[in-house]
Amino acid sequence: MALNRDFIGRSFPPTEPYEVSRVKIREFADAIGDRNPVYRDQEAAKAAGHPDVIAPPTFPIVVSLGNPALADPDLNLNYAMVVHGEQRFEYTRPVRAGDVVTCTSTVTEIKSIGSNEKMVVETDIKTVEGELICKTYNTIVERGA
Amino acid sequence: MTAKVNYADVEVGTEIPAQTYAVDRANLVMYAGASGDFNPIHWRESVAKAVGLPDVIAHGMYTMAQGGRFVTDWAGDPAAVVDYGVRFSSPVVVPDEGGATLEISGQVEEKLDDNKVVVALTARSNDQKVLTRAKAVVKLA
Repeated sequence: MALNRDFIGRSFPPTEPYEVSRVKIREFADAIGDRNPVYRDQEAAKAAGHPDVIAPPTFPIVVSLGNPALADPDLNLNYAMVVHGEQRFEYTRPVRAGDVVTCTSTVTEIKSIGSNEKMVVETDIKTVEGELICKTYNTIVERGA
Repeated sequence: MTAKVNYADVEVGTEIPAQTYAVDRANLVMYAGASGDFNPIHWRESVAKAVGLPDVIAHGMYTMAQGGRFVTDWAGDPAAVVDYGVRFSSPVVVPDEGGATLEISGQVEEKLDDNKVVVALTARSNDQKVLTRAKAVVKLA
């Protein structure tokens, strides 16, 4: 079924604050097999000029997953048919332990490509103090039956 | 910290040597837990096959993370990555026995102002390109 075009341009309220922990960053770094000490050792992170351990470049997906834009039943999205099409991150700085962040998402594009539906969601990941850390561009594709 | 690679030392066309990364089912289970993406196509063969996939596939974001690791290992400083984007062109199929191998290589595609370069990545598994338009903008020393 076609996605609801009324969602184009729609913005969603900021998500509940997410507190980034050292444990979560280390767990993520372990899961991707990355042994870089700046992800797990505070001293190494400080020596590299960071106030605390930092997170790998794709870590922001952890806080931007569970996008409210995709959960609205009026969108007509069949989640079983969704594949991840594209992903992009634009960084102001790395996410780091101690950051308390919220995600604010906007649907910027919905269009048909053959029998598939493509949708782009842009998300600003900001600290609760208002600092923009990262902007994400998430393209999902709903495969046609 | 700044990047360990100097802007002056790279040219358009500079190659970043290929690295190979092994992916097995345990990696995908760990990634599911760490990322919160518990879609069963990444750990349950019957579900993957029921939706038309050849077998369990890796999370696209797991593959993207390996590309990120490739770039940050080269640059020497994860904070040097200012932009990173990919298109997922083909899944990384991860069999129960033996897992899969991901081969990633890179090339400096463009030199920008302010010591930034565009690195184009090539990622292959099982002779398939698994990422296309995979590019990172990295601020070098």
